[in-house]
Amino acid sequence: MSSITLETHVDRSKMAVSDHIAIEIRNMNKWYGAFHVLRDIDLTVYEGERIVIAGPSGSGKSTLIRCINRLEEHQEGQIIVDGTELTSDLKNVDKVRSEVGMVFQHFNLFPHLTILENCTLAPIWVRKTPRKEAEEIAMHFLEKVKIPEQAHKFPGMLSGGQQQRVAIARSLCMKPRIMLFDEPTSALDPEMIKEVLETMVELAEEGMTMLCVTHEMGFAKEVANRVIFMDAGQIVEQNEPNEFFNNPQNERTKLFLSQIL
Amino acid sequence: MPDLSYVRSEMLPERAPPASQVGIVGWARANLFNGIGNSILTVLSLVFLWYVLAAILPWVFAPTWSKGSLNECREVFAADGGHGAACWGVIRERWVQLMFGFYPEAERWRPVLAFGLLFVALIPVLFNMISRRMNWVLLLVVLGLAGVYLGGVLGIIVGLALLGAAAFVGFKAFTTSKEDRAAEIASGVKRLPNPLFFSALYPFIAPWLLWGGTIWMPVGAALGFVISVLAYRSLLPFVGNLAGLIIAVVAALVWWLLLTAPFAGGLHTIIPIGLEPVESRDFGGFMLSITIGVVAIACSLPIGIVLALGRQSDLLIVKALCVGFIEFIRGVPLITLLFVASTLLNIFMPPGTNFDIILRVLIMVTLFAAAYMAEVVRGGLAALPKGQYEAADALGLDYWKAQRLIIMPQALKISIPGIVSTFIGVFKDTTLVSIIGLLDPLGLTNAIRADQNWNGIVWELYGFIALMFFIFCFLMSRYSMYLERRLRTDHR
Ligand SMILES: Nc1ncnc2c1ncn2[C@@H]1O[C@H](COP(=O)(O)OP(=O)(O)OP(=O)(O)O)[C@@H](O)[C@H]1O
Ligand SMILES: [Mg+2]
Repeated sequence: MSSITLETHVDRSKMAVSDHIAIEIRNMNKWYGAFHVLRDIDLTVYEGERIVIAGPSGSGKSTLIRCINRLEEHQEGQIIVDGTELTSDLKNVDKVRSEVGMVFQHFNLFPHLTILENCTLAPIWVRKTPRKEAEEIAMHFLEKVKIPEQAHKFPGMLSGGQQQRVAIARSLCMKPRIMLFDEPTSALDPEMIKEVLETMVELAEEGMTMLCVTHEMGFAKEVANRVIFMDAGQIVEQNEPNEFFNNPQNERTKLFLSQIL
Repeated sequence: MPDLSYVRSEMLPERAPPASQVGIVGWARANLFNGIGNSILTVLSLVFLWYVLAAILPWVFAPTWSKGSLNECREVFAADGGHGAACWGVIRERWVQLMFGFYPEAERWRPVLAFGLLFVALIPVLFNMISRRMNWVLLLVVLGLAGVYLGGVLGIIVGLALLGAAAFVGFKAFTTSKEDRAAEIASGVKRLPNPLFFSALYPFIAPWLLWGGTIWMPVGAALGFVISVLAYRSLLPFVGNLAGLIIAVVAALVWWLLLTAPFAGGLHTIIPIGLEPVESRDFGGFMLSITIGVVAIACSLPIGIVLALGRQSDLLIVKALCVGFIEFIRGVPLITLLFVASTLLNIFMPPGTNFDIILRVLIMVTLFAAAYMAEVVRGGLAALPKGQYEAADALGLDYWKAQRLIIMPQALKISIPGIVSTFIGVFKDTTLVSIIGLLDPLGLTNAIRADQNWNGIVWELYGFIALMFFIFCFLMSRYSMYLERRLRTDHR
């Protein structure tokens, strides 16, 4: 498993975990048909936390974070995001989705729109921001991910790493309070992994609440305040990174770590 | 041990490619005489082409344009050595009929004007590079020419005024550069209204021009939309989205079916403005084909999109209805639907109602095209990666916004070739209406051949009709290629 070393020194001064709850998952279960994919998930995420979720393929990591903005529906238990419970009420779902940003493995940029339009679309149509203001916000975040000069190109003309940074900027334009990342670097070459990870580090340094499924253990060690290990649809072990990597308790965790480190 | 090291001492300058690669010679080499087999094929094709053209061209270029009957043509052929050739006199004599059918002669300017306005209305829809002002110039020119043609003191004065306005706007548009104009607009100069405004009015203007009658009828029809939108807007705070939509549709239907006729009739007695009414059975020729084709094409796309979305819907009843409709229509030949339109429908109608035959045909052809369109659009939808839906959802876009802004633009772009193929198919299928007795160009050929003078003529008529259809279909095909190029956003 690749492990990119981060050259920048991570500034932890603003990374404070508050005692406000951002996400609360209580006794949540999910099935795909008859397949019990998530089992009795209990998880409380506080504002400002940087959580890395690790685990073998098929363990339900993606499914878990996709439940948090209801790209997948859970069948039992409760998920409360920023005080709003996710139910079949579409109003709540839309409210949560506009507060929670998501970055996908395959970027999922809109190929028929320019980079700038990708970034302004949701603010204009969901937040009803005036176009001019939305464009200013978009340029601000494109500068932050260091590609303002690409604003008028189409996604198909950008490299993978650039596309993923646009995807991050696109989410940030909605001013989300929580960011979800589903293997944001798995589809990228090493050189590009670094530029995306650096963007994510910056985001963490500003105190963003982040849930990140990733195999980048370097990132987990440097940035995360908590690592969650999942297997067979369950949370098997969680701990702060130092303890997690140096002193794993569960046999499955030990096996997993011995394979990837 | 061999020496493996190498260091270049000077860099090579750029050179032109060899002569055999460029110019006509290079092109012919690469494309026509690339190897022995290829060369033989090229020569054979050229020989074949020559034979075909040698047979067809003399037939086409026969000096028979001015002849008044098939017999006169035959005299020419006999004097020329007995070779048969085309007898084009029939086209000269009958082309007006092939264009308009039996549309009253004095009113033929109306279909011509409607056709001219069709282009003005289509341009802002089809192309996005033409400037706002040039589109208005076109509109003014078409209307001005119509005024001058109609004559009379009023017609000429209004016509010349419109042409003058067109010249003025056109001159200004030509003499200000793009940058200057952009600066003017930025500084708050009033712009002309968006020409799409006229495109939206066209569906009400064209039927009025074609069928005539009181002007209050199209006004009433347009009011139906206004009423529908007003009902939706004013009720939205009190009822849900879906209920609002249903009420809006019902309001419009009630207005159209029950209230428009009295409204138009009443206003007409007070302010009688109108055109000479023309009966549907006088419609014919290409005018009829184009009318049916344009309506079916314009209506089938939106209906097809709705059906395709319905087919994907999670709502079981909606889905079943859409699937049932699509499969039923696709499983039935168009000709049977047209027979239903021409004969069976009358049975279901209350006696005495007069449901216009062209309107019935329009509905059938549109539904037929819409079912095919739905499947073409569904193909486009299926080709979109799931990630696009997820990204739209994750950003908080609701279903309709996601469809309108993310899904449909991409799905339709993928489906352009299929959509345009369906359009072309529909346009050609309009010739089937001749079987239920409408006088489209094919229907007219029988009438023309029944004439003593032209009894026995075949190729010239069908050739001419084929050429006309080819021109329209070819234009559509080229447009679809242009559109695909314009919408291409990757750098392949
Ligand atoms: N839409 C679906 N329908 C049925 N089963 C599914 C579906 N999506 C995922 N699964 C199954 O659910 C399990 C968990 O999938 P998930 O994508 O959450 O795993 P993951 O931990 O993200 O794995 P990876 O590291 O490969 O991304 C897998 O066994 C997968 O086959
Ligand atoms: Mg996954």
